[in-house]
Amino acid sequence: MLISITLNGKKITSDVSPDALLLDWARAQGCKSVKRGCETANCGLCTVFLDDEPVLSCSVLAVRADGRRVTTLEGLQEEAREFAGFIADQGAEQCGFCNPGFVMNALALFRENPDPSVDEIKEFLAGNLCRCSGYEGQTRGILNYLAWKKARGGEGAAT
Amino acid sequence: MLTIQNYKKAESLEDAWTLNQRRGSVILGGMLWLKMGKRTVQTAIDLSGLRLDRIEETPEGWSIGCMTTLRQLELHKGLNAYTNGAVREAVRHIVGVQFRNLATVGGSVWGRFGFSDVCTLLLALDSYVELYKGGNVPLVDFLTREKDRDVLVRVIVKRTPGTFLYRSVRGSQTDFPVLACAAVLVPAENGDRLRLSVGARPGRAVLFQEEAVFRGPISEADAAAFGKAAAEHIATGSNLRGSAEYRSHLIQVLAARAALELGGADRC
Repeated sequence: MLISITLNGKKITSDVSPDALLLDWARAQGCKSVKRGCETANCGLCTVFLDDEPVLSCSVLAVRADGRRVTTLEGLQEEAREFAGFIADQGAEQCGFCNPGFVMNALALFRENPDPSVDEIKEFLAGNLCRCSGYEGQTRGILNYLAWKKARGGEGAAT
Repeated sequence: MLTIQNYKKAESLEDAWTLNQRRGSVILGGMLWLKMGKRTVQTAIDLSGLRLDRIEETPEGWSIGCMTTLRQLELHKGLNAYTNGAVREAVRHIVGVQFRNLATVGGSVWGRFGFSDVCTLLLALDSYVELYKGGNVPLVDFLTREKDRDVLVRVIVKRTPGTFLYRSVRGSQTDFPVLACAAVLVPAENGDRLRLSVGARPGRAVLFQEEAVFRGPISEADAAAFGKAAAEHIATGSNLRGSAEYRSHLIQVLAARAALELGGADRC
């Protein structure tokens, strides 16, 4: 089936099978930040934005994204750089395998709620599993990042 | 692994219904549960072009299109104001935001899953299912029906007086519930009545309505009696998440707490 998706701002037309997953399609376009983790819609590793909403690309048919906008971490370099760098500097993660999905969903949180509470952070990111940090480092990193943004005079982390 | 031979975006409900009469056809919801199975689908029918992805408020209540996502339910101001936040509480524990941006109300209700927080919640409300050929069916009846080849168009929630509450117990934060319950305190001229919907028994959600009428604040003794009656009337079973005995105990505790939270002296 012929589909046309705007991936990271660039319109791409592809011929895909009806059961091709958005995850595989995005990786085939070179977006290797989109990782296959649990493949049971639980880990959040494959998070992409579909028309600006975070979704699990392992559970979306590529044909269902036809005519829509898909954004991966590769397309959010400017927005992600500051936050991802801060998380790394804070040592907020260990192995970093979950990082792309975590960063994507954290950016979705900041867009929706620029000044989240600890409970709001935990609830929004509950769908991003991390097997080594225990989430404490990530929560601390996010809070420190938001405090740093505020200290710089910004309104929370909104970009 | 899920294999799909053909994909068809329905152009109308009649188109979807006609396609769905063929053996091997499946209507796609959020596809999250469907994808977990090993099956071959001849024709996957997508309703996403039919403008059924919205919640519309009417003078009588709300019309929830079958393609409405659980995240839309979670964030809907009108439904959450009406239910005292029970709608948000029911869905906010389901996996994560990315999952809830995909999972649909139609998929949850049509599946009639025992673990469904959505079915447990809607059953406690005055809810109806609109089927393309079958018309409007009370949700309580729909949940006991076997699946056929009709098309679930929307869920209708009528605005009837009541105070609502939703509680669930989970082994871990984003897992299926071990037990879920939605409670409603319905005011009437001769006193208040309590209605309780219990899901993840682990079977499909069922209703329990206490015959007792509460006049004035519900006492701890009344709440305990309500919990005991609910636990005795609602059948439970065992699975990996909990035993039947544990679930019955949870019903007793959650029902009593719900009674006090909704109608106890602190609330009156």
